[in-house]
Amino acid sequence: MEHLSVKRKLYDRGLRALLYLCGAITCALLIFLIVYVFYRGLGGITWELLSTQTSYINDTTGILPNILNTLYIILLAMVIVLPLGVGSAIYLTEYAKNRKLVAVIEYATETLTGIPSIIFGLVGMLFFGQIFGLQYSLLSGGLTLVVMILPTIVRTTQESLKTVPQSYREGALGLGAGQWRMVRTVVLPNAIDGIVTGCILAIGRIVGESAALLFTAGMGGVLNNFFEALTSSSGTLSVALYLYAGEYADTKVALAIAVILMIITFIINLAATLLGKGLKKKQ
Amino acid sequence: MDAILKTEHLNLWYGDNHALKDVNLEMPEHQVTALIGPSGCGKSTFLKTLDRMNDLIPGVRIEGQVIYRDRNIFDPQVDVTWLRRHVGMVFQKPNPFPMSIYDNIAYGPRTHGIRGKKELDQIVEKSLRGAAIWDEVKDRLKKSALSLSGGQQQRICIARALAVEPDVLLMDEATSALDPISTSKIEDLIADLKKSYTIVIVTHNMQQATRVSDRCAFFLHGELVESGETEQIFSVPKDKRTEDYITGRFG
Repeated sequence: MEHLSVKRKLYDRGLRALLYLCGAITCALLIFLIVYVFYRGLGGITWELLSTQTSYINDTTGILPNILNTLYIILLAMVIVLPLGVGSAIYLTEYAKNRKLVAVIEYATETLTGIPSIIFGLVGMLFFGQIFGLQYSLLSGGLTLVVMILPTIVRTTQESLKTVPQSYREGALGLGAGQWRMVRTVVLPNAIDGIVTGCILAIGRIVGESAALLFTAGMGGVLNNFFEALTSSSGTLSVALYLYAGEYADTKVALAIAVILMIITFIINLAATLLGKGLKKKQ
Repeated sequence: MDAILKTEHLNLWYGDNHALKDVNLEMPEHQVTALIGPSGCGKSTFLKTLDRMNDLIPGVRIEGQVIYRDRNIFDPQVDVTWLRRHVGMVFQKPNPFPMSIYDNIAYGPRTHGIRGKKELDQIVEKSLRGAAIWDEVKDRLKKSALSLSGGQQQRICIARALAVEPDVLLMDEATSALDPISTSKIEDLIADLKKSYTIVIVTHNMQQATRVSDRCAFFLHGELVESGETEQIFSVPKDKRTEDYITGRFG
């Protein structure tokens, strides 16, 4: 009896130590990554970098065009994907009668969310770039991102629509509300926090995306306004990081971009959490 | 005595499950009809069929007729929103929307196109008075309806149903989630409401059926076993199964 309890105690302690080690290693890795990138990259962030474009004539190294391109492509992709994704999610959860077909579509979107983004890049290049003749352009890249993010938006919207209690729907329909009035006045207001969170996370994916954009939006680093950018090669920050780290072998700039990307990601996640919470509290 | 609502050879299937079997029942105007029977006997299903709330459930098949004011409600010409405006429903669990008390009551009238502030104010007050809750909430109409107690929420739901001025009020075990005091308030309310409305309730509670209803319908395994005046059903039931149920031998 005593022997057993000693054995158990040892076992328990050993296991606890092991789990502690796992936690410690994970934290250490994350902290190392953040500290390393900030330590090496922070110094590279200069006013010139943030406010100019890279030019041999003026002898400047700048990523302003890439920052702008990132914003443009977020705008373009979200303007298209939001109505499309939310609309189809509403259709699938609230209107569609054929539950079997819906299950198949849900499974397909689920699978699509996990596909490597380079595949979207490849298809986008062939489809938008060549067949549609958009070549390297913000439009081509934006549309590729739309295809890539659509499943995520549909899924997250559907999930948050499903959290709205059925009794709200019954209440509205029982008062003689039509389907759309019910969705607009009772379902959507109660699902909005989830939809917003999904969108912000989608924006996060856009910011971090490089593989899907290399051969669609291109790598251009010329200062353009939104409409010029639509039809010209426009590299985002992540693509620029790839360029500076690889082709130009300029790790200093690459690390500076990395810092900027990490800060943006942090802000996006924070915004997602706060907005989600804020919208929930409002009810 | 005119039946404002009646069913003729009503059959309903959930997939292969034959949940209502050839039900013929008349619900007369300005009376309270209570549907009683053990769990799973089909009484709630029957109630939901009366304002076509079963339409929402996939795999439902219905045969026969439900006649509301001489119209078969399954007739393709009948607009389901029209039907639900005239045949209102109060659900088992209070389900106010997460909005203000005022907006909850105004939801139905707004749905049917009433926008004027004055008119809405009047409807809200009248409905809340009708549901005997005006005095309790008149000072906090802008507060969330979810801040009220369960019994108050249920009366808000009744007021919300009254606001569209229905003919018939269906109540699906509307007091089963409430405490005894709230229950008795709602029972008093039912007695009051039947002057202006026709009421059909589903209840598990035999005492409640005897207290509030004029007529009773006893369901068992999807069949309507017996229906008639409540007094008769509870004193001299014609069917042995009814007698067994109301004397508490099963259910």
